[in-house]
Amino acid sequence: MARVLLFGPLRDLAGWRERDVDAASISALRALLAGEDADLGVALSGKGVQIAVDQAIVRGEVALSAGSEVAFLPPMSGG
Amino acid sequence: MIVRLAETPFDPGAMLSAFTRDRSETGAVATFTGIARAEQGATTVLELEAYPGFTEAEIGRIADQARERFGLHDLAILHRVGKIGPGEPIVFVATAAGHRRAAFEACDFLMDYLKSKAPFWKKEHGPDGERWIEPTPQDHADRERWT
Repeated sequence: MARVLLFGPLRDLAGWRERDVDAASISALRALLAGEDADLGVALSGKGVQIAVDQAIVRGEVALSAGSEVAFLPPMSGG
Repeated sequence: MIVRLAETPFDPGAMLSAFTRDRSETGAVATFTGIARAEQGATTVLELEAYPGFTEAEIGRIADQARERFGLHDLAILHRVGKIGPGEPIVFVATAAGHRRAAFEACDFLMDYLKSKAPFWKKEHGPDGERWIEPTPQDHADRERWT
């Protein structure tokens, strides 16, 4: 089980902020979420969306272990 | 060095007083305070979301870069999260250096980073509904000046 976190507009689109998902990799996680919610699947692959696993930015395919925290981070804006 | 998220309003003057206290070799302190705009009534509430732990760590990384690049003696970054009303401070940045140029430039550098690279998500609420704010092309260009 990985803990999935959504931020900003992704959270509004999905209608949830965090949940546990049974997926062993980022690609499996993407496929599972896209299968449940096609719009969310597209948005998660959108321009500028970064992924952090256990609070470190990752790129490409990454294996997930039980208890991994996966955050989808849309374009950021502070100040 | 202070990097902190604040869930309630803060007083930039008190921050500055605390930051300048007990310094004998710092010749210059520069500060920036960002304030939520009303946009002529179009924005009634600004809502800022962070990723607790990750947001502070990412800001800390850029703060370390600023310290090294500009030879800072110290710095402070305080950033609001949650719901913010027009006129309330959103962000406070203070930099301490031997001389003014480094302090000014480091403050500018840190704000350019915070606008488009720090892990925050910003939503405007107003009479016409709500919308998420993304960094503008100008925000990206401002940050590019430092690369």
